[in-house]
Amino acid sequence: MSEPSFGNPEIVEIETDILIVGGGMAACGAAYEAKRWAGDDVKITLVDKAAMDRSGAVAQGLSAINTYIGENDIEDYVRMVHADLMGITRDDLVYDVGRHVDDSVHLFEEWGLPIWKTLDDGTRVDGATWQKKGGKMLKDGGKPVRSGRWQIMINGESYKVIVAEAAKKALGMENIYERVFIIKYLLDANEPNRIAGAIGFSNREHKLYIFKANAILNVCGGAVNIFRPRTTGEGMGRVWYPVWNAGSTYAMAAEVGAELTMMENRFVPTRFKDGYGPVGAWFLLFKSKAQNGFGEDYIVKNAEMLKDFSPYDEAAVVPTCLRNHAMLKEMKDGRGPIYMDTPTALKELSETLTPKEVAHLEAEAWEDFLDMCIGQASLWACLNIRPEKDKSELMPTEPYLLGSHSGCSGIWASGPSDLNGQPDHYHWGYNRMTTVKGLFTAGDGVGASGHKFSSGSHAEGRIAGKSMVRFVRDHKDFKPSFKESTDELVELIYRPVRNFLEHKDKTTAIDINPNYITPRMFQMRLQKIMDEYVAGVATYYQTNKTLLEEGLKYLTMLKEDAVKMRAKDLHELLRAWENYHRVWAAEAHLRHILFREETRYPGFYYRADYPGLDEENWHCFVNSRYNPETGEWELKKVEWVPLVEHSTGFKPSA
Amino acid sequence: MPTFVHTEKCDGCKGGEVTVCMYICPNDLMKLDVEGEFTGHAMKAFNQEPDQCWECLCCAKHCPQQAIELRPFADWAPMGGTAIPLRTDQAIMWTIKFRDGELKRFKFPARTTPVGSIDPYGNKPEPGDLDSELLFTESELPNVNPALKG
Ligand SMILES: Cc1cc2nc3c(=O)[nH]c(=O)nc-3n(C[C@H](O)[C@H](O)[C@H](O)COP(=O)(O)OP(=O)(O)OC[C@H]3O[C@@H](n4cnc5c(N)ncnc54)[C@H](O)[C@@H]3O)c2cc1C
Ligand code: SF4
Ligand code: SF4
Repeated sequence: MSEPSFGNPEIVEIETDILIVGGGMAACGAAYEAKRWAGDDVKITLVDKAAMDRSGAVAQGLSAINTYIGENDIEDYVRMVHADLMGITRDDLVYDVGRHVDDSVHLFEEWGLPIWKTLDDGTRVDGATWQKKGGKMLKDGGKPVRSGRWQIMINGESYKVIVAEAAKKALGMENIYERVFIIKYLLDANEPNRIAGAIGFSNREHKLYIFKANAILNVCGGAVNIFRPRTTGEGMGRVWYPVWNAGSTYAMAAEVGAELTMMENRFVPTRFKDGYGPVGAWFLLFKSKAQNGFGEDYIVKNAEMLKDFSPYDEAAVVPTCLRNHAMLKEMKDGRGPIYMDTPTALKELSETLTPKEVAHLEAEAWEDFLDMCIGQASLWACLNIRPEKDKSELMPTEPYLLGSHSGCSGIWASGPSDLNGQPDHYHWGYNRMTTVKGLFTAGDGVGASGHKFSSGSHAEGRIAGKSMVRFVRDHKDFKPSFKESTDELVELIYRPVRNFLEHKDKTTAIDINPNYITPRMFQMRLQKIMDEYVAGVATYYQTNKTLLEEGLKYLTMLKEDAVKMRAKDLHELLRAWENYHRVWAAEAHLRHILFREETRYPGFYYRADYPGLDEENWHCFVNSRYNPETGEWELKKVEWVPLVEHSTGFKPSA
Repeated sequence: MPTFVHTEKCDGCKGGEVTVCMYICPNDLMKLDVEGEFTGHAMKAFNQEPDQCWECLCCAKHCPQQAIELRPFADWAPMGGTAIPLRTDQAIMWTIKFRDGELKRFKFPARTTPVGSIDPYGNKPEPGDLDSELLFTESELPNVNPALKG
């Protein structure tokens, strides 16, 4: 064969027992745990579209670990997640994360992640100083610095580098393929509803990959950039969740017929305007308050309005969507801008502190941005904003789909088998297996849970990792085979390249050509549809049945045009397939919103034709399945069953 | 908010096997212009899709020449502010320059162990029962209190 080139790629076929798709927090957890159980008998391969040291949502670093149970009761954690996500979560999955998560955090600390501590004399020190002062590690009773009940502060610039080092060492670099993007999973030719492999391509070399596997872990993070972002022009990549998480997790699972759950849910975080800087530490650690343009506390002011969403408005912490709901009221009524009152908060704190402690506090405030949202720090510098002097504007973002942060969209996954009193429809086999045999997920992939964050995603990856080894042991004799021939697969992966090569010379300007669409314009079309019809920022997050049906028409045409995307180089081939995944994630989101006839998450989105919460008819999961045989989507209600008593999560109503 | 590369500082990673910025960017943005066909600067890197840049600065933190910087997005941010990292294995130093010229410097720890020192399974228990819900490092697990079930 001639030297591989653009248009003439090398085909690489790899057989493995376990294939981990993704290299983020969940994938690193899975690699670490699975390898230990697998020993040398079971082959584990990992594929990441980027470099594991800096891939996924933690690429930039983080300033807090948002889930550490510590002295808390796990059942209270289950209650908190339930209340924040408006009552429809899988208690079994949440509890399971809760009971394993601290072990992951202890590993991170052992591996070198600096965790802030409160020393015996009450002083608060960073994650390197406590060592010098002879403090204890968390696992030995060291006291973390809590920014909230569940969160602990870290110096997390190198968080992902550290977690990746452990995973890479566990698996061995010879089993890891970086810069390989997976586009599709393949079902087995002989056994129905059984995973058999995955296909993808390198975006560094002219190589197409065909993997055969017994079990696959689908952990590619959430979905970003399916909605038109608030940012414009050069700033469009500065959104809150990482632009590169393109909904692959949901799209690839859906395409092979895995049941999805709660895809109507979305996350619309309120963040510092334009830089998308985090607000958690400001609210929780620095006790800062948000207010409208007239200096009023809009949560207090609109408390009455939130009662429509009882009992959730009475949760110990008002659910995120309800806080947005109150804020949007102010914005719509012309009482913006919304501010974070940082000067008052810092002034109040500094009243009890020494000048040295004040300087420390200032550094902590900046570190919060610099560790995980550098863009916000540089934006403040551009705007001459100093938090001790100037208030900063807040803004609710464009919607994101994710299952590990404060959202619960994702895939319907089997729960643990040992929990007391769980119904059969919560577990049908291996922990974290989807409804497709052999296909597992974790982190942002598992739906109807949420609030796992970085640590919980790692722990959940470990749960899935072990479970997959068990699956492979039990299905040793499985021989994966595909319905499609290698030639067909190659043509599929490479179609955008063929589109380009075949048509590029028919017009004088390669970007304007009636035979193909650039991935960039394809993405913009998607974002416009979602923004205007599916409750994006353009309509203040409002939609209704007619708008959604109209949107679905345009989305369907867009999906048809996906086969006409072009790729002029390997970078564009990556963009083409990312956008293909975005459309699938977007379609699932739209169909779920259309199905659920109520407004479950005011502040995230509104069904204007069903503006209220309908506990009687809709306190249930919505699950969907795309049938790969018929090409039809089926949606259904699924019964919600509690595993802990939830009423104590709400204040007794007055 | 895109990154940019200082022409005189970038040495194309000396034509080595790995171009650091290209290797590390999670969004596949940094590209080495081998022939100079894209930028007119052969063997220097550039950001090939600036409006998809997340501003994570992974590229800048790892560039051995400190050739990469970030210019906040021109369509919104007033000119002149910057946040520049200088990263070592153990710590990160930041220089914040305000539009009005004020400078702030911060240093934060990044890691408490030497790079490459992680021994994933050293001092760790052997795996136990594959059929239990225990992770290999765990010896017992709590269960939901049945009395509380509502
Ligand atoms: C701005 C921001 C702030 C956050 N703040 C906090 C915080 O303070 N504390 C906290 O604990 N958590 C925080 N989180 C949440 C945390 O980062 C996530 O919960 C966690 O990273 C989810 O893990 P994951 O493995 O599911 O996805 P990710 O870690 O995002 O990993 C996804 C992986 O999939 C790869 N991938 C994607 N598509 C493909 C494909 N098609 N083929 C191959 N590979 C692919 C990616 O390269 C990446 O490796 C924050 C997240 C963000 C974005
Ligand atoms: S890492 Fe730095 S020196 Fe190397 S190619 Fe990129 S910009 Fe140039
Ligand atoms: S800042 Fe981040 S997204 Fe932008 S080019 Fe650098 S590594 Fe890539």
